[in-house]
Amino acid sequence: MSRKVITTDEGAPSADAGPLLEVTDLKTHFRTDKGRVRAVDGVTFTLGRGKTLGVVGESGSGKTILSRSIMGLLPRHNVIREGSVRYDGREISDYSEDQMRAIWGSEMAMVFQDPMTSLNPVLKIGRQITESLRQHLHMDKDEATETAIALLSSVGIPEPSVRIDEFPHQLSGGMRQRVTIAIALACGPKLLFADEPTTALDVTVQAQILNLLQKQQRERHMAMILVTHDLGVVAGRTDEIAVMYGGQVVEKAPTPVLFAKMKMPYTEALMNSIPKLESPSHTRLEVIAGRPPDLVNPPKGCKFAPRCRYAQPKCFEHEPPLVQGEDEGHYFRCWFPVGTPEGQFALKRNDEIRAKQTAASAAGGGA
Amino acid sequence: MPVPSSDPQADESSAAAASATAAALLVAETLADEDVVKKKLGFGFYISAGWVVLISLTALLAPFLPLQKYDKTNLVPQRLDPFQKYYVAHDYDPESDLDSTKSFEYVNECQDHLEDRGGFAEGLRYCSNQVAVLGADSLGRDILSRVVWGARVSLIVGLGAVTLGMLLGGSIGIIAGYFRGRTETALMGIMDILLAFPALLLALAIVTFADNHSIPVVVAAIGLVGIPPVARLIRANTLVYSQREFVLAARTLGASNKRVIVREVLPNVALPGVSFAVIGIAIAIVAEGGLAFLGLSVDPPTPTWGGMINDGRNFLEDAPHITFVPAAVMVITVLALNFAGDRLRSLFDVKEGAL
Repeated sequence: MSRKVITTDEGAPSADAGPLLEVTDLKTHFRTDKGRVRAVDGVTFTLGRGKTLGVVGESGSGKTILSRSIMGLLPRHNVIREGSVRYDGREISDYSEDQMRAIWGSEMAMVFQDPMTSLNPVLKIGRQITESLRQHLHMDKDEATETAIALLSSVGIPEPSVRIDEFPHQLSGGMRQRVTIAIALACGPKLLFADEPTTALDVTVQAQILNLLQKQQRERHMAMILVTHDLGVVAGRTDEIAVMYGGQVVEKAPTPVLFAKMKMPYTEALMNSIPKLESPSHTRLEVIAGRPPDLVNPPKGCKFAPRCRYAQPKCFEHEPPLVQGEDEGHYFRCWFPVGTPEGQFALKRNDEIRAKQTAASAAGGGA
Repeated sequence: MPVPSSDPQADESSAAAASATAAALLVAETLADEDVVKKKLGFGFYISAGWVVLISLTALLAPFLPLQKYDKTNLVPQRLDPFQKYYVAHDYDPESDLDSTKSFEYVNECQDHLEDRGGFAEGLRYCSNQVAVLGADSLGRDILSRVVWGARVSLIVGLGAVTLGMLLGGSIGIIAGYFRGRTETALMGIMDILLAFPALLLALAIVTFADNHSIPVVVAAIGLVGIPPVARLIRANTLVYSQREFVLAARTLGASNKRVIVREVLPNVALPGVSFAVIGIAIAIVAEGGLAFLGLSVDPPTPTWGGMINDGRNFLEDAPHITFVPAAVMVITVLALNFAGDRLRSLFDVKEGAL
């Protein structure tokens, strides 16, 4: 391409110098008046250069806090951050805000959930893109404008030289998200966090935005962490998926492995909650009963146990460790994994108990 | 590129371009015209804005306007009603400026006046007659001229005080709202203490203890009183905007605090700030009027509206116009500023809502 955009070619020499991001036992706790909220509680993963990690979980599972914590965007006050974050061989977890500022934008960038709020309503789109170009890459005004136009056209915005002088409210939601992506990509980051980038968008636009992210990622050889609550979003677009629950990674596997051989009942439940094309219309969606765990006083044992179909007394007593499955890179936290004899046994036992209870209550009602 | 154009305007223009005939184009255009809701400021706004512009222009151009000097007194008769004719003595020959068809009676009257006043003794050899459109005050000074010159003081104090209040109050508010924590507690604590004083009393105290009553002192006094409300307004808006995601987005791009404040927060809080400023000018003008009425504004003979109202106070029964003219001008100006400010604010509100 003849564009003047800075791509990750610069980073090529160090390409095989280990993974881009190594997160080890990252904990992010908030001090609140109710007690300590364990929003992220011991998360470990590595992300290779140019790879995509999907982080999946329902609201309150800590996935957004995880990405902000890695980027060091959380307030320092009343936040306890432990563990190690190694970016490109550097330990950045104890970087000051000034040190992080050199990394933000040029090394790591973030695309936010809602393009309605993540663009400044009173600044022209062009200004919002050229801002960081001029700051990080020290371009002059004309050069930055030229680059901004190229960026806008690369994210699929028609007539970029006209759009550059428009305000965010003159664009549709999908266009705005394209602009936020252009802004995030402006300085050629090596790592892009996409925090539910399609949640606020129309379903028809979602696929376009995801494809755009994927295309840009491939072209720029950029690593991406795609945070979402929708397994469908990450299915074909990630190399690896981490499923989060209650601030922990409960299952992590290469994408094909996860979909073929999921072990964690929570992953299964998330999967079942996606409407299926082959099921007849008016089929009730399966929901995960109950609520996400209290992060101030997490339950003893497995955090998902109170909502789990497989749960056994052991689950309420002992927290399952993160163990490796039969495939390489597949880890999960469960005593009675899905699709194993233990799991089958647990499911059967629970069914029997439920049947007995139903019978008993029916009998009690009759008497 | 397979991008669906989701912008209705783009759709419209491409559709219009596709239609071959000029008639179709015309239809499309008229449709577009009818469908567009134009934000209107309204007739009242333009009248108000017109008045403010008029006052500002006359104040600005006062030295070049064909007005009497504001401190020049007519000796006979001293107090004049509106439109009353009077004679002005000159030490030069005004005839060159005057109409050559002046009547004999007029010249005679004029001579009498000059003699009555011993004008010749003072070197006043000529006279002309003029009409005081708005009358003259108890010292025989032209009220029109004094109102125009008084507008200078009012507007300078209004603009100056608001600028001072906006700069200091705005900075305090934006810093408190952005950094929060102890900075906020300390700054807003000081603001609360300032707010606890009755505004006019505080301004009075400042002017009283200043060693001169110059315009800067009055501006400082009224501006200082204006700092706390501005700080509170800007802080409240900053709190809202600094929580917005675009501020976080700017930080993820490596923007420093200073940059975030100046480029991201400031343009957003400036909108409500500006509409508040217009109303603030009105408030400052009234405050200056209050100080002037108490004789604590700019020293005489510089005319101020408040001072003129005070001058006419003793003659309310015989010559109400001495008080009413400056009072009316002040009321209309303040009303116009309030109305214009209000319209501007609602215009900005709609814009915000559309986001």
